[in-house]
Amino acid sequence: MPQKININQIAELARLSLKPNEQAKLSKDLEEILAYVDQLQELKTDNVQPTSHVLPIENVFRKDSSQPSDIGDAVLKHAPKSEGKFFKVPKIIEGA
Amino acid sequence: MELYQLTLKQAQELLAKNPGRKSELITALSNRLKNVDPKIKAYINFDSKRIESQKNEKAKGLLAGVPISIKDNIVTQDWETTCASKILKGFIPPYDATVVRKLREAGALIFGKCNMDEFAFGSSCETSCFGPTHNPWNLDYVPGGSSGGSAAAVASDIAIAALGSDTGGSIRQPASFCGVVGLKPTYGRVSRYGLVAFGSSLDQIGPITKTVEDSAMMMNVLAGHDERDSTSANVPVPDYTTFLSKDVKGLKIGLPKEYFVKGLDPEVEKAVRQAVKVFQDLGATCIEVNFPHMKYAVAVYYIVAVAEASSNLGRFDGVEYGFRHESANLRDMYFETRDQGFGAEAKRRILLGTFVLSAGYYDAYYLKGLKVRTLIKQDFDQAFQKVDLILGPTAPTPPFKIGEKMNDPLSMYLSDIYTISANLAGVPAMSLPCGFSANGLPIGMQLTAKPFDEGTIFRAASAYEATAKWHEKHPKL
Amino acid sequence: MTNQYEPVIGLEVHVQLKTESKIFCSCPTQFGAEPNQNTCPVCLGLPGSLPVLNERVLELGIKVGLALGCQISSKIKFDRKNYFYPDLPKAYQISQYDMPVASKGSLAVEVKQDNNEFIQKKIGITRAHLEEDAGKLLHEGVRDGSWVDYNRAGVPLLEIVSEPDLRSPEEAFQYLVSLKAILQYLDVSDCNMEEGSLRCDANVSIRKKGETKFGTKVEIKNMNSFRAVQKALAYEIKRQTEAVENGEKISQETRLWNESKGQTFSMRSKEYAHDYRYFPEPDLVPFTVSTARIEELRKSLPELPKARIERFHKEYGLSEYDAYVLVSDKELGDYFESTVCEKVSPKLASNWIQSEFLALVNKDGIEIKEAPIKPKAFAGLLKLIEDNTVSGKIAKDIFPQMWATGASAESIVKEQGLVQVTDTKLLEEIADRVIKSNQKTVDEIRSGKPQAIGFLVGQVMKETKGKANPKLINEILERKLASLGHGKA
Repeated sequence: MPQKININQIAELARLSLKPNEQAKLSKDLEEILAYVDQLQELKTDNVQPTSHVLPIENVFRKDSSQPSDIGDAVLKHAPKSEGKFFKVPKIIEGA
Repeated sequence: MELYQLTLKQAQELLAKNPGRKSELITALSNRLKNVDPKIKAYINFDSKRIESQKNEKAKGLLAGVPISIKDNIVTQDWETTCASKILKGFIPPYDATVVRKLREAGALIFGKCNMDEFAFGSSCETSCFGPTHNPWNLDYVPGGSSGGSAAAVASDIAIAALGSDTGGSIRQPASFCGVVGLKPTYGRVSRYGLVAFGSSLDQIGPITKTVEDSAMMMNVLAGHDERDSTSANVPVPDYTTFLSKDVKGLKIGLPKEYFVKGLDPEVEKAVRQAVKVFQDLGATCIEVNFPHMKYAVAVYYIVAVAEASSNLGRFDGVEYGFRHESANLRDMYFETRDQGFGAEAKRRILLGTFVLSAGYYDAYYLKGLKVRTLIKQDFDQAFQKVDLILGPTAPTPPFKIGEKMNDPLSMYLSDIYTISANLAGVPAMSLPCGFSANGLPIGMQLTAKPFDEGTIFRAASAYEATAKWHEKHPKL
Repeated sequence: MTNQYEPVIGLEVHVQLKTESKIFCSCPTQFGAEPNQNTCPVCLGLPGSLPVLNERVLELGIKVGLALGCQISSKIKFDRKNYFYPDLPKAYQISQYDMPVASKGSLAVEVKQDNNEFIQKKIGITRAHLEEDAGKLLHEGVRDGSWVDYNRAGVPLLEIVSEPDLRSPEEAFQYLVSLKAILQYLDVSDCNMEEGSLRCDANVSIRKKGETKFGTKVEIKNMNSFRAVQKALAYEIKRQTEAVENGEKISQETRLWNESKGQTFSMRSKEYAHDYRYFPEPDLVPFTVSTARIEELRKSLPELPKARIERFHKEYGLSEYDAYVLVSDKELGDYFESTVCEKVSPKLASNWIQSEFLALVNKDGIEIKEAPIKPKAFAGLLKLIEDNTVSGKIAKDIFPQMWATGASAESIVKEQGLVQVTDTKLLEEIADRVIKSNQKTVDEIRSGKPQAIGFLVGQVMKETKGKANPKLINEILERKLASLGHGKA
């Protein structure tokens, strides 16, 4: 199943702005890699369960009790931009 | 012998007898670093003042006073952690990773932050935004990746021991290329809390050390359940040093026939087959086993791991921490920050991962990948019914030259061919030195065991090391 | 002009669950903290942080699911919903995609018919799933940008999705009222739309009556009260109907409700902006809920609105409508029951609560529990009516005074001498006098205008300064007029 990649659409989803020469190279790279991974289609897997977690662990919980962590100020101090106790981001226009 | 040449065991014993010599050891290492690291470039961050202030801390515990180096994708409180990426320059974590906290509680000192491939994406340590680390055995060659800095530091004695992380071979392959010992524990054996995530269902932190015994000592501190990590296993931690029996009589070792195929460098094959003989001479039985789905491992990895990575790297957007490209509006800020902040390999993986998860492609790629992962895991389950350990090469070739594979991503990916399946199946695996190429570059072999059976690995590795003694050879620097 | 189109409405309600700590970390959830103080590496999405599920969140999710008659999934997992926005620290929200905690339930809604009668309609609940809330963005008064506060990031949410079974804005309003009641009874949320602990988005389309296929649906956001939801839907239905009648196509889009303009406005969005790339959350393990656990939680459910309405109807003899009104707000129902516990007539209590009590509650804009007259004091007033100490009319004057001063009914009656005049002898005397001095009215009554007796009643009341029992006066007057021998009383 050779894939024609719409690199611009994927870059948009990933919030990456690619320069024109980057677009061409990355498209090609991705197509090559996808051609390689296509070999998985050789295998019949209709009756195989997917493995999302390798360990048979289930039901890991925490108790509902609160514990303040006091790191808010430390993070704000090193934030790229902050004003008072807030993180600051630039104007949000449509299509952000 | 210089103090910086000490193994972890020797350093720990020395300091247990003479705690006062702590400063001496630090000074010896720091001087070694100043002399040798300009050539190797194993470290991103080394702050002698910070080490000074730790020196005076009262230290007691399994690793009292011993300096340990940390791969720069493991967060250290108040100490910049960059993952060798421009996008995290200036990120000062307000907390310690669990493994760092455990090391501190055991009395260890955090010596420095080691270079790596950006966000652990790589097998050569060449994608770091700070430039590549060089192989101590020949500076023109790569140290392997992504924990290249950690492995090179240990190999050149600028670290007593180090932490690396392994998602597809990132501890084992650089350990192999640098002639040191690298262990990827069972998935869930060591907490991931504080490890900047790459492939969340594959990542593990593990020790990179000069000897097998050092590795066991490190695991005694690192391993264990962490309530902050939901995927951390609640399995008791044995004293791994009790497995260093050096006795492999009756041990059954499997050799996957799929390992010894075209593409395996003849020098690597020779070294590994010689290791097989050593094991046989020591009383182990070596039989052939089958891994019918091994050839699909790289394909599965480059779907599953990159998908998880693309999601894990979404948070690097310039909003809360790290690098931000100041812009007039949010949209530009996102695009410019991420475009300028990420290197080429990171972008490649993010795009690939985004694609395989996107609408219409999920079933064909991601879901398919997860299903083949099940088949690969089953291969291991079946093999371990017949044998106690799997033996094979760690990497298909000896170290390659810096720059050699940078333009061919697929070729780079295929250098992980032997290490990747262990991450997909969640089983523990160690690389240890088993020889040198004709031009003096290290070759490593890999020992893989059942989940939570690191003990058997230590048993076999200790026996081999005591006989073969490759760890006694050091690079000329 | 008949309307040949019918609206099809589905509602998505997000409920903040009332737990002590957030869904995946131990940060406090309490409202009103300084910005970015209720934060930690996990809810800030710092590199290396990992989520761990709060057990109470799953518990509450199951309880709500049970109360909504849902099937509870025995296998539960979480998934990542990936998108970029500054209030989302990890650039993905941990939510549930294909294995939500609850599904296939229903909610009974009281729907008013054209003839003012109420019928019950069953609205399907497609699913309820757990997820984490995002932080808050502030734009007002911020120069050249926006501020972000992550205190709210990681607060547990339950998203409840209805089937598109609603057919009018009024039904949608009633759905929200019924849903809020259940959530209040379970005590799982503050359900306060102004504070944001309950949020609602609506999906609405129209189709020709009798058509079974769905029309193009439009999503409406930014409604801050139940009434706003009703108004927004009414506007949107009108807009879509007019458009379709003009031959225009409805575009599938998201529109924002503008309360001050009373209109919805389109939010332009990119074609592929909403590819969330869902995949199973690798940092959280799967969860299995045993049948035993589900039964345990089912048994622990409190009396829910439906059962309480039935009980009020049977035990207190209230009409189904009255029961419904009292039960819809848990605090109101509690107030009613506490009052009735003091041994007053349920019907009297119900009438007074629905009229006088609620009037003052609404006037002051307070919550039921903040009402200055507590059930015991309220019952005190009602008892005075029941034993004829005061007339209903006088009681209506006493009530606001109790509200304003906190004084008891008894003390006000005593102070102002409001005890009802029931001395029949005195009343007879006054009645005689009034009849004598109002011959003209008497003639009117006798010549076929019986309602004019009201004037005579008024006159007697005036003489008794309003303290006589009007029923009694009426009886006396009628008797006397009848005994005068002419005409009907």
